[in-house]
Amino acid sequence: MAITKRQAADLAKQTFDYAPAPEAIDHVRIQPRYGLFIGGKMVEPHSKKRFPTINPATEQKLSEVAEADAIDVGKAVSAAGTAFTSWSRMAPSRRARYLFRISRLIQERARELAVVETMDGGKPIKESRDVDIPLSAAHFFYYAGWADKLEWAFPNRRPRPLGVAGQVIPWNFPLLMLAWKIAPALAAGNTVVLKPAETTPLSALLFAEICQQAELPAGVVNIITGAGKTGSLLVSHPGVKKVAFTGSTEVGKLIQRSLAGSGKRLTLELGGKAANIVFEDAPLDQAVEGIVNGIYFNQGHVCCAGSRLLVQESIAKPLLEKLKQRLSTLRLGDPLDKNTDIGAINSKAQLEKIQALVESGIEEGAEIYQPECKLPERGYWFPPTIFTNVSQSYRIAREEIFGPVLSVLTFRTPAEAVEKANNTPYGLSAGVWTDKGSRILWMAERMRAGVVWANTFNRFDPTSPFGGYKESGYGREGGVHGLLPYLELV
Amino acid sequence: MATALSLTHLGSLMRGVRSVDEVGANERAASLAKRSIKKSSKLWALDLSIRCMDLTTLEGSDTPGKVAALSAKAIRPKPGDSSIPSVAAICVYPARVADASERLQGSGVKVASVATAFPSGQSFTSIKVAEARDAVDAGADEVDMVIDRGAFLSGDYQKVYDEIVAIKEACGSAHLKVILETGELGTYDGVRRASILAMAAGADFIKTSTGKVQPAATLPVSLVMMEAIRDFMRETGRPVGFKAAGGIRTSKQAIAYLVVLYETLGAEWMTPDRFRLGASTLLNDVLMQIDKERSGVYQSPDYFTID
Amino acid sequence: MANKNGADRVDVRKTYKQYVGGEFVRSESGRAYRPDGMVNVPRGSRKDLRDAVRAARTAFAGWSGRTAMNRGQILYRAAEMLDARRAEFEELLGGGRKARAELDETVEVLVWYAGWTDKLAQVTGTVNPVSGPYFNFTIPEPTGIVGIVASDDPALAGLVRRLAPALCGGNVVVALAPEHRPLPALTLAEVLATSDFPSGVVNVLSGQRKELLPWLASHMDVNAIDVSGCTPDEVALVEAAAADNVKRVVKLPAGERSPHLVTAFMEMKTIWHPIGV
Repeated sequence: MAITKRQAADLAKQTFDYAPAPEAIDHVRIQPRYGLFIGGKMVEPHSKKRFPTINPATEQKLSEVAEADAIDVGKAVSAAGTAFTSWSRMAPSRRARYLFRISRLIQERARELAVVETMDGGKPIKESRDVDIPLSAAHFFYYAGWADKLEWAFPNRRPRPLGVAGQVIPWNFPLLMLAWKIAPALAAGNTVVLKPAETTPLSALLFAEICQQAELPAGVVNIITGAGKTGSLLVSHPGVKKVAFTGSTEVGKLIQRSLAGSGKRLTLELGGKAANIVFEDAPLDQAVEGIVNGIYFNQGHVCCAGSRLLVQESIAKPLLEKLKQRLSTLRLGDPLDKNTDIGAINSKAQLEKIQALVESGIEEGAEIYQPECKLPERGYWFPPTIFTNVSQSYRIAREEIFGPVLSVLTFRTPAEAVEKANNTPYGLSAGVWTDKGSRILWMAERMRAGVVWANTFNRFDPTSPFGGYKESGYGREGGVHGLLPYLELV
Repeated sequence: MATALSLTHLGSLMRGVRSVDEVGANERAASLAKRSIKKSSKLWALDLSIRCMDLTTLEGSDTPGKVAALSAKAIRPKPGDSSIPSVAAICVYPARVADASERLQGSGVKVASVATAFPSGQSFTSIKVAEARDAVDAGADEVDMVIDRGAFLSGDYQKVYDEIVAIKEACGSAHLKVILETGELGTYDGVRRASILAMAAGADFIKTSTGKVQPAATLPVSLVMMEAIRDFMRETGRPVGFKAAGGIRTSKQAIAYLVVLYETLGAEWMTPDRFRLGASTLLNDVLMQIDKERSGVYQSPDYFTID
Repeated sequence: MANKNGADRVDVRKTYKQYVGGEFVRSESGRAYRPDGMVNVPRGSRKDLRDAVRAARTAFAGWSGRTAMNRGQILYRAAEMLDARRAEFEELLGGGRKARAELDETVEVLVWYAGWTDKLAQVTGTVNPVSGPYFNFTIPEPTGIVGIVASDDPALAGLVRRLAPALCGGNVVVALAPEHRPLPALTLAEVLATSDFPSGVVNVLSGQRKELLPWLASHMDVNAIDVSGCTPDEVALVEAAAADNVKRVVKLPAGERSPHLVTAFMEMKTIWHPIGV
């Protein structure tokens, strides 16, 4: 089938505009409505209430999920409490087997989970496919191996599980955060009641199916859906012995206060305002990639996002030129398109928050840059944004925006970089870009942050502990350190 | 940079060229390789791959007959299908330039000749210069020279630089592609440094490899070279072309190079004047993929001529 | 007191003072109280607390920046200084076998943690085999200013069981002496003052718990607080106030003696770097 000369000529004139490459969704079945996963079964909520979960890229309703009330929460905690007796006494090697199974099932259903994650949350499919889902499976695999080796992790002590863990997770990495919470809890012999975020409940409900497929004993994992109210009922339930929360610092503080005197164990993984520091001798092109990955990964819905770029004044100009040029190549649009770099903002509320903070940045006198970028008509979108001419005192340099918005500040000396980087109530992560080894270590030592990425950014691994200093929370997730919050050392 | 000829401390300048983080460059290239190119974009990319191709034969056994067959394929890659464009050039040893030149007369397909004691470059400068000049005299439109890696690795940047300048002069109006042989440079830092050096010395194109050394062209090495081109363009305003050669055998690989090119240097580089793919067996795979895209049916090599 | 110099010797009595920023000070409020009905003890105020936190913050960079070996030597020096003043402490602790046992334990705790400073990172830090070309390691780092609310009983060991691990990890400390038995703690400050701790690394305040505790618990520049000496009500109060700046509240059992207690006052920092040529 030859084509005509004219078609050939057209071909020669055409530019290299990637044709749409949408991920197929026909293999994914999302049910019209979901119940609560309690005691190994999907059950109707006592509340009889449901709320919609929508696709933020299209504003279309995907499903309706249950809103758990106090009685539902009570049932879930009670199911977990019952299951705890046998689960905590089960031979640890058997516990391990179940966790390995779960890990494998996540791998087997990777495509489906990735699509659901992207539809429900708005993140680009390439991220859910290449980051969220593989890391979730890896997390279960890693902690599965710990289940029968706890004595080696804590020599001279007898590690004991705590009981029922109440876990509340955010909407930015729904399945991954679930894995970070459930895998170590179960490996340590606890049982859990987990509440996913109200805007992204679907992957957790799919995970409930995976628990069934794995034939995990009933009640070991319970998934309840709902909003903040449900979360607060869960963490304050007297049957919960351990609370783990990932989310905003504001809510984290409320939880810490509400648990005062309760004797419950608590770990918090909260907000951040990370500095990404670029020195004049840095490998610039990779630094640009790191900056982009640091703040535009997952639309900036990342607690450890590198939202403050601190660049040495001597290279500020060329670096910003490169950065702006790079921004123009970012592809914003349909999250299901395999070539999309920036997907949809997770919710209308989040979009409004980002818009308000960006407004404040303009009002306070910062200079805004956004590449030419056509936003889809439906759905929630925000273009990648850079603010230059930012002062340390501006809201955009101090408050967590949780969106694709970068504030650029300059510094002259390493000491000034450290001072500016640490000048925040947060302390989750930091980035350092320099070619000089001794300077990397000098900087890393001084960053008051739980994770320091040197010449890279936003890397995660199940073996690598993650968590914050100061108001970014306490406790670590990942690695051997991630076991401790779920154990008592007798 | 344009006046680098007058610089007396080339060595220390070269050592001042910014470093490249290997892992970061690899990851960026890997992420670009995952771009999904479909339908019309894919057809366009395949078409461009042909238009940018330097169809290559560089064997001791090359004969006038072999070059004649290759020239025919270069002009008309798929006999009977006029929608398939000619390739950009054929690339041969100096001794075969006259054969190629004769066959390609008036076709628009250029003759490129490797030169300068290809592939090792381990000979006398005077001989390298003479070889380049003779190749041009024999009809070469383009000269693909190799840099003296021995000199480069021993830190004698001046020698490398001077040689490129001399060859460029010997080329006259012929285009000069400078082969860095990145597989022998050891690090991306070295690749970046050699790229800047070659461009400063007057290269019209910088090219990854001879194809005689492993590893040859890789996606990250190309990314690093393209980033150097981008920086050089920003500093001097002079656009320099890029040629990937060695080990590119499949359409999928070719498209990956186009993606990296597009996202690093932009649409302006997506033309044979600024981008080349050096390859000997790639062409048939591209033809097969074009037929697959057009017909919707997977193809067999038996239906494509081996020339 | 025994008086070798004759019946008419007039003792030179000690004025008990708080220890703030390396100096022995009365309360800025000018107040005192008499926990045993005899001796005047400074009744510290919120402003004393403010000054102590400020002194601690100033001292933090220096102390946390010392080598682990050096911190170990200084903790060991504290054990030496304490052991050298056994007689005085025995008397302060009421004498007898119980007092001697407490003193023995206290010295031992100091020696034990002195030996931990340069092993801690090796035992609690990790190199993490991440899936990718990265070198990744985790090391413990001090959290900053640690508030210690010491137990009345044992009045000396109760404080040192928490003070030693907090200092071992490189933190600086603001300690509240036991309200009813403050003298051992205030005297311990004299031991610490002669042990080469830089000024401000340890600060000891005395006074009423109900006056000082809310200010310590709510202070935005205090990073962690140990509640081993608190009643359940006080723990609840501390935990609620601690939320203001997400303070770490350390509630490990009173008898805990382990590297886990040290790291309870520390943060785990994970550092990534690519491995490439």
